[in-house]
Amino acid sequence: MMTAQIKEFPGVGLRESDFEQRKVLYTEWVPNARYAWDAGVAIGRYLAELKEGRLIGVRCRHCRRTVIPPRVFCEWCFRPMDEWVPLPDTGTVNTFSLCYVTWDMRRLTEPEIPAVIDIDGTHPPVGILHLLGEVEPQAVQIGMRVQAVWKPPEERTGSILDIRYFRPVREG
Amino acid sequence: MGMRKVAVVGAGMTKFVRRALETGKELAFEAAKMALDSCELTLQQVDCVVHGTAPDAFDGVHMKGEYLADGSGAWRKPYTRCYVGGGTGVFAPIHGWYHVASGLFDICLVVCEEKMSSCQPHPQGAFLTIFDHTTERPLGPNLLWIFALEMNRYMHTYGLSKRDIALVSVKNKRNAADHPCSLLGDREITVEDVLNSEVLAWPVQRLDVSPVTDGAVAVVLAAEHVARRITDKPVWIEGVGWNLDTTYWTNRDLCYPRYVENAARMAYEMAGISEPRKQIHIAEPYDPFDYKELHHLEGLLLFDRGKAPEATALGITQRDGDLPVCPSGGLLGVGNPIAAAGLMKVAELFWQLRGEAGARQVPGQPRRGVAQAWGDLMQVGTVIVMGV
Amino acid sequence: MAILEKVDKLHQAIAWQGDIPITNRYTAGVAGERFLREIKDHARILGTRCPDCDLVYVPAALFCERCFAQLDEWLEVSSQGRVFTFTVLFRDLEDRPLDPPAVLAYVKLNGSNGGLVHYLGEVEPDQVFIGLEVEAVFKEASEREGSILDIRYFRPLKR
Ligand SMILES: [Zn+2]
Ligand SMILES: [Zn+2]
Repeated sequence: MMTAQIKEFPGVGLRESDFEQRKVLYTEWVPNARYAWDAGVAIGRYLAELKEGRLIGVRCRHCRRTVIPPRVFCEWCFRPMDEWVPLPDTGTVNTFSLCYVTWDMRRLTEPEIPAVIDIDGTHPPVGILHLLGEVEPQAVQIGMRVQAVWKPPEERTGSILDIRYFRPVREG
Repeated sequence: MGMRKVAVVGAGMTKFVRRALETGKELAFEAAKMALDSCELTLQQVDCVVHGTAPDAFDGVHMKGEYLADGSGAWRKPYTRCYVGGGTGVFAPIHGWYHVASGLFDICLVVCEEKMSSCQPHPQGAFLTIFDHTTERPLGPNLLWIFALEMNRYMHTYGLSKRDIALVSVKNKRNAADHPCSLLGDREITVEDVLNSEVLAWPVQRLDVSPVTDGAVAVVLAAEHVARRITDKPVWIEGVGWNLDTTYWTNRDLCYPRYVENAARMAYEMAGISEPRKQIHIAEPYDPFDYKELHHLEGLLLFDRGKAPEATALGITQRDGDLPVCPSGGLLGVGNPIAAAGLMKVAELFWQLRGEAGARQVPGQPRRGVAQAWGDLMQVGTVIVMGV
Repeated sequence: MAILEKVDKLHQAIAWQGDIPITNRYTAGVAGERFLREIKDHARILGTRCPDCDLVYVPAALFCERCFAQLDEWLEVSSQGRVFTFTVLFRDLEDRPLDPPAVLAYVKLNGSNGGLVHYLGEVEPDQVFIGLEVEAVFKEASEREGSILDIRYFRPLKR
């Protein structure tokens, strides 16, 4: 029955120009998809601490993990987390990318450098997503030590963007 | 476990194209109709219908399962839609399998559809919500980030080069040249083409990635006593497995998909497979990115950790190698209409194990294969083992 | 840590604002192309017929949802029909008042088993009833672009 026997499979491919030249009929619609997402309990506290220029995680005594971002329950043990744990704003690059396109596939001349940064004081080491800055793209390495660069207090709003980016730790 | 044997008895698919003229319903109909025709069943003989499709926002139809119901042959039938992100295409036949294995239904039509071209300017606009709205989206992420980050960690952990990984893209795009439905089949492509393609999010380059695609695929499942009446070549679903890791993806070991291993172990145990490397003859792991095929081959326990690239370089995963991998051409070659792409892998095993894959036929009469899909926030593994 | 830390001041409730930045572009499809082009070019409404089920689909469909036959028997159906059901709309999507109110109806078209959801025009809301005979009012040919809005509205049939 298949593939040998079917001469032509269904499906008609179109080109973008078929739309531009209106060779095919189509309609467009922009959904009014605007949201206000509640931060919730754990992330609410996380954002409040960011506003003060601090990172905070949570600890589960049962599995002995200290994790960030904070959460109210341990997803391994399925019980409430036990305590808030202040964490330093330094860490290690777990992995990174040099990204030359925006989400809508427009080209960037200077790459953005997203990275997973394992935060010091977590156990076992776990990270958060953020951007790297003050570093040449070609100089970024996995294992590189980095620290947060904060906005000045008056500009902080209680957002992950209160950290501008992480930059390499300067020795000495 | 008191479950009935279930076979795949028919399959159908549309071409995979960048932008389809057909509506989603029409795509679903074409694939479903072909699947029924292939085993000479009418819609009246179908007891229930299972649909798999990715986020509503791709087609731009909220409650897309309901929208696609008539095109899937579900008019006034027991009908459900299942969804586990990119893992949906292999989960949908699992969902259909337990409908039949349980004894509830004898014949189940499984249809997967995706019309990603509806989503402008780019489906990433919908994908973006995969990132945490408060702690990640403010950073202005791009979906490619998570793949690039995972790929880089994989390369770093095992000391792999881009060239090691690009071989997968070359193999799959060449394989796809033999697939009549393929979007990106290319017999002439070379490693240099991949390595010289545009850098999107290093280490991810243009030809490391599967394309935005429209398409639909369908398979027909039947209980043993019915399957034997429908066809003399049923392909049995021998094992199924699925598993989900945490959404705290930055807390995970990004170099190894343990959730895929867990899903594979579940499926292998059900199939009575103790030595997958000997007992699996064809693999169709999920390959939206070239490194993902390698990642998944390791998660499927078909190669040691970090060793799938070496096997690829040795030609073991070629169509005529010891373990043919993605003989269909995979997502990298045939295309990636998310849920339909996963089900395409199940359809490929069906055709391969029946010896009906035409120019794509794996030599040596393979008797057992594994298909796998992956998705959500890099956290779900769905696995199906099929055999004759 | 307490599992629930009570938010007792509004400013403590933090929400991150965002959107899903997409535009949907829908093709009319195989059957939809022919259906809408006929309205555009000839101000005619087409259906497709399933001979086995003896059903005429409007809008025209590529397949019969009941028996899964591919439909290739196209026929013109009347642009007249009857109000099968209707509603009077006093608010728009943004919850602003609609003045005058709009009348939306499902019109079953004569000679078919289907019909169209559309607005009614040239009629006061309190004059509308189920069973009212109506006809399509098409835009001028030069204004038509292959859209369901090439029909301005349905109005009561004048005898
Ligand atoms: Zn715990
Ligand atoms: Zn019919």
